[in-house]
Amino acid sequence: MHDKTLTELKAGLNAGDFSSRELTEHFLDRIKRHDGELNSFITVTEEQALRQADAADQAIAAGDHRLLTGLPIAHKDIFCTEGVRTSCGSRMLDNFIAPYTATAVEKMATEGAVMLGKTNMDEFAMGSSNETSFYGPVKNPWDTERVPGGSSGGAAAGLAARLAPGATGTDTGGSIRQPAALNGVTGLKPTYGRVSRWGMIAFASSLDQAGPLGLSAADCALMLQAMAGHDEKDSTCLNEPVDDYLGALDQSVDGLKIGVPEEFFPDNLDGAIADNAREAMRELEKQGAKLIKLSLPSIKLSVPAYYVIAPAEASSNLSRFDGVRFGYRCEDPKDLEDLYKRSRSEGFGAEVKRRILVGTYALSAGYYDAYYKRAQKVRRLIRDDFSRAFKDVDVIMGPTSPETAFKLGAKADDPVNMYMADVFTIAVNLAGLPALSMPSGFINGLPAGTQVIGNYFQEGRILNVAHRYQMATDWHQQAPGGFA
Amino acid sequence: MAIDSKVVARAAHLARLRVDDSETAELSARLNDILGMVDQLQQADVDQVEPLAHPLEVSQPLRDDRVTEPDVRDKVLPLAPASEDGCFLVPRVIE
Repeated sequence: MHDKTLTELKAGLNAGDFSSRELTEHFLDRIKRHDGELNSFITVTEEQALRQADAADQAIAAGDHRLLTGLPIAHKDIFCTEGVRTSCGSRMLDNFIAPYTATAVEKMATEGAVMLGKTNMDEFAMGSSNETSFYGPVKNPWDTERVPGGSSGGAAAGLAARLAPGATGTDTGGSIRQPAALNGVTGLKPTYGRVSRWGMIAFASSLDQAGPLGLSAADCALMLQAMAGHDEKDSTCLNEPVDDYLGALDQSVDGLKIGVPEEFFPDNLDGAIADNAREAMRELEKQGAKLIKLSLPSIKLSVPAYYVIAPAEASSNLSRFDGVRFGYRCEDPKDLEDLYKRSRSEGFGAEVKRRILVGTYALSAGYYDAYYKRAQKVRRLIRDDFSRAFKDVDVIMGPTSPETAFKLGAKADDPVNMYMADVFTIAVNLAGLPALSMPSGFINGLPAGTQVIGNYFQEGRILNVAHRYQMATDWHQQAPGGFA
Repeated sequence: MAIDSKVVARAAHLARLRVDDSETAELSARLNDILGMVDQLQQADVDQVEPLAHPLEVSQPLRDDRVTEPDVRDKVLPLAPASEDGCFLVPRVIE
């Protein structure tokens, strides 16, 4: 059962081939057998999963088939889930039992989804290797000496090892797409504001966006269909109608105009990575798509702009963790200042503290104009580059990540080198555009991913492009050995 | 500008983080790496460019001024590390 896509499992459930309880028990059993090796889950919610599965079986028996009825889903541990520990990968929230449920999770539950548990992640979603988690690193199922990427590393690794048939993630600078690429799965970051951020622990509020990770573009379309939509509890969640993503999957790509920015193929890019993305575009060319060269000159400044804006917003968002109202508190504080400082220093890990300090510095008196304001101006240049490009093309493509999965520890002491892992994904967050990563082959036995970027609210179009690609290729059907 | 131990100490205080002397040298070095990379922003010609905070430049919607939140004190207070008589408890601040 575990090699099937969500779309296939949905058909099986509705046809009565198996029950949601059988399906859920099957995945819970796989997590028990294999997750010791991968560490992709922080919390497994077995009892709740079986309760939801039984409810789904009753619904199916009563003819109530919703989008996700009876399908097991793993949620990133950044989404608040009522009554269940929500740690955000941090010691700070190790004892935090969320008192409410995030809108994105709630919407999936309303459509009948079964929650298997909460997946491991970089602490507060700050990382590209899943090594900053308080709960230890996640291993890449294709080679357990390598990282799964991050920050949604648990989601992508667990999905690739078929410990869950679908997962949620969040993406602030590439945190869905980069791990999707490194694990050979499909992951979609929607338009900023397409999915509610309510109940999703904030990192950088003007960039954060939730989205699905699946074994196929069709599965991502199914999950996004349930997750997307207006939520008055998130004032940045846009009140735009939700398209029929599933209905758009099969459209032809004949005549599709694919923009190929020279900046996604710089001279120093690994030739195997460049060839892999070019090969993926050639496959779409065979189906009638046209490749159009273009330039996005300002995106070379996207990593520096991001590493001002994201830490600045994080330093503000993470000020709420003060040891007073919830979360970690140090032992025997001697006064209030000691309580704040020691609770935060002991509760946060090294990378989170670095980013808080960078953000605090960039926002401090005398530096605001040189850093934050300048970064926001560059953000406009980047957004305008994309807007100009989308006058001439339908989608933009290139490699998702400049490399395949790297060795655990390889970059752990070199933050700037680690930040470059997201060099092709970050510009998309600054511009607020939707983008996905789809599996496009293997380099030395490790998965490679190709990114498809769309214009605002064009999730349906990029899912359609990936689906057509997946109809002609079988990269997305490959599974790592050793997790039978 | 280069980050030295004084700058680190000031930012740490503003962020209410405790940084021990033993950590300062390593932290200054890493922050210098990060800000060195960020300094590429100075190349950009942005004199005539307005800052962008929201990619779609939408304004915040207003909603009716009515009570929507239920009383959740009894649900939220148990999450606090220390509480008493319905209040969060902190070390004494007034002598």
